[in-house]
Amino acid sequence: MKKHLLSVDDLTADDVHTLFTTAAEMHDVQRRQVKKLPALRGRTVINMFFEDSTRTRSSFEIAGKWLSADTINITGKGSSASKGESLRDTVLTVASMGVDALVVRHGASGACQQVAQWIDAVVINAGDGTHEHPTQALLDAYTLTRRLGTLEGKHVVIVGDLTHSRVFRSNVACLTMLGAEVTVVAPPTLMPSGVDAWSASAGFATTYDLDEVIDKADAVMMLRVQRERMSGGFFPTGREYTVGYGLTRDRLARLGPDVPICHPGPMNRGLEIAADAADAVQSAILEQVSAGVAIRMSVLYHLLAGEGAV
Amino acid sequence: MTEKTDPILIKGASLLGERTADVLVVDGVVAEIGTPDAAGARVVDADGLVLLPGLVDLHTHLREPGREDAETILTGSRAAAVGGYTAVLAMANTTPVTDTAEAAERVLDLGRQAGLVDVQPVGAVTKGLAGEELAEIGLMARSRAAVRVFSDDGKCVHNARVMRRALEYVKAFGGVVSQHAQDPDLAGPASCCHEGELSGRLGLPGWPGVAEEVIVARDVMLARHTGSRVHVAHASTAGTVEVLRWAKAQGIAVTAEVTPHHLLLTTDLLAGYDPTYKVNPPLRPAEDVEALREALADGTIDAVATDHAPHARHDKEHAFVDAAFGMLGLETALGVVATVMVESGRMGWGDLARVMSTRPAQIAGLADHGRPLAVGEPAHLTLVDPAAAVVVDRDSSVSLSRNNPWHGRSLSAAVHATLLRGVPTVLEGKLA
Repeated sequence: MKKHLLSVDDLTADDVHTLFTTAAEMHDVQRRQVKKLPALRGRTVINMFFEDSTRTRSSFEIAGKWLSADTINITGKGSSASKGESLRDTVLTVASMGVDALVVRHGASGACQQVAQWIDAVVINAGDGTHEHPTQALLDAYTLTRRLGTLEGKHVVIVGDLTHSRVFRSNVACLTMLGAEVTVVAPPTLMPSGVDAWSASAGFATTYDLDEVIDKADAVMMLRVQRERMSGGFFPTGREYTVGYGLTRDRLARLGPDVPICHPGPMNRGLEIAADAADAVQSAILEQVSAGVAIRMSVLYHLLAGEGAV
Repeated sequence: MTEKTDPILIKGASLLGERTADVLVVDGVVAEIGTPDAAGARVVDADGLVLLPGLVDLHTHLREPGREDAETILTGSRAAAVGGYTAVLAMANTTPVTDTAEAAERVLDLGRQAGLVDVQPVGAVTKGLAGEELAEIGLMARSRAAVRVFSDDGKCVHNARVMRRALEYVKAFGGVVSQHAQDPDLAGPASCCHEGELSGRLGLPGWPGVAEEVIVARDVMLARHTGSRVHVAHASTAGTVEVLRWAKAQGIAVTAEVTPHHLLLTTDLLAGYDPTYKVNPPLRPAEDVEALREALADGTIDAVATDHAPHARHDKEHAFVDAAFGMLGLETALGVVATVMVESGRMGWGDLARVMSTRPAQIAGLADHGRPLAVGEPAHLTLVDPAAAVVVDRDSSVSLSRNNPWHGRSLSAAVHATLLRGVPTVLEGKLA
């Protein structure tokens, strides 16, 4: 495994399977009454969140604590530029305190990659702008693997605001690496630039028509659509979006009972996902959250404690 | 304006790479070409070197006043001289903005104090570059600085009515508006990566070529309507080239420049999120680069201009979208153009002189610069070693800044000497 986890591209399929194996063990720990493992005792993990986050930050924090690492959260809203300090200075200041790993969330694409060039500590990308969110992709793939047995040959449909989604970018890389067939669905205004060339070379499919693919899905992943996108002219109204791209009650009825429904959260119930779909028996949304802790424990363990059994 | 200068004999230079002769420079002018008798003159051995008219840069950011930590008129003048330039146009987006006669004269005077190149201020089109009210264009034109080029560079004169009025107004004194073509509705302030597959993959805000092309298309129509002159700064796309070609065929008074970086560097360099490669307009794909080279060779694009944009190190050490736009260019421009256009056989040295000296001087209205290599002409001269192979080292730059995208690259040809009005500013590649 590489030193940092900046992008899904840093991982091989073998790495991912190794991470899943460890995550399964960590998942068992989650069910114990006493959840602490000594693996990272004496190690310091700083969660540097330059952008708001509740679930990812608390997930990393719990993961670190259950592995006995000293975890500290540093949050700073807005870009470092607006504070007059360069990102490099901000990060070097924290790194100089003597940390073993920095978990970085930043509103700017590529920020984690830049940070990794400036410091010696391990850098884990907890979401950089509209670029990547690799631990989210790992927890999604882990959840789906547990539900479906394997991802090999399974058809995963990803729907929503692809342009602005780091979850989509990491997921399409991770799922295709694990052998899934991926179709991404969005209105043309929310398709990323150059997606035709990208999908051709990366081996995934695109469509503007959700109804054309929903019957053939082995799993569906709904992405959050921010209401602000309407003022940007990406689509006219929420109700029009829902009719075209929402997981409505009607579309839910067309999904088999074994087709898992994923959503990275936070959800806009009624916009991209109907309440009935979010709460359906096949919904995997809460499993994703618990898998998130296990996956992040696994990532911290492998990047900080090195290879070997727990 | 001839002043006493020590006689210099440039011995054995190849004039524009076409014919070999000795050139005697006396009192700031070319006194004799051929085999002059020059007893007592200082001899510059130019065997194997190419003599060009001094280079003229239509587009330089010298950062003074306001950001003297990034560059000053003195240090920028040094970089220009080392790059073979004898005149540079200093862009107006300083702090404060060059939007008054007083501000323009101050830039002119600081340039004269430095004394290494003629520093000609560019005036703002609109007050404070705000794009709303015309700046005191006429007073700047009438000032000692005799401003002829007006630009809100860094910002587009987006409002069509304001652009129309500016074009009309500068006709009174033969001025030109140099437009930073970027429709802000199609490419906003965060747009920083050519819109395409790479921006999609990297999740960087896209800067589509069409945001430039729609402004260029509108502006050539405004130039036709007003009968005025418009200049397109840093043309970066094949679509812009198409519009220019059409407009020139119609006889519309449009000129255009291309930067050295848009002639060589491509958008894929952004894959590592290194802000060194963040520039506005952004680096484009190879198809655009090829169209720009072709347009420069066939004259559709008139000039090469550096868009030299020094930045303090910390202004480039932000996340990519937050980092400053721009890259250094003065010291490497000739090497890049020689490598891309001359060494490849697409242009001769005479063509290089046309695009880096003659045409830029004409566009800027600098009567003294970009002149033929002929007796009686002002001795603004650049001697180039065409056989030099240079590996660019950013730490050897005379600029105050280090945002150098050429670091580590090898370029063919190097500036050997530069003469401003017969006085060497650079000899043996070093400041004289």
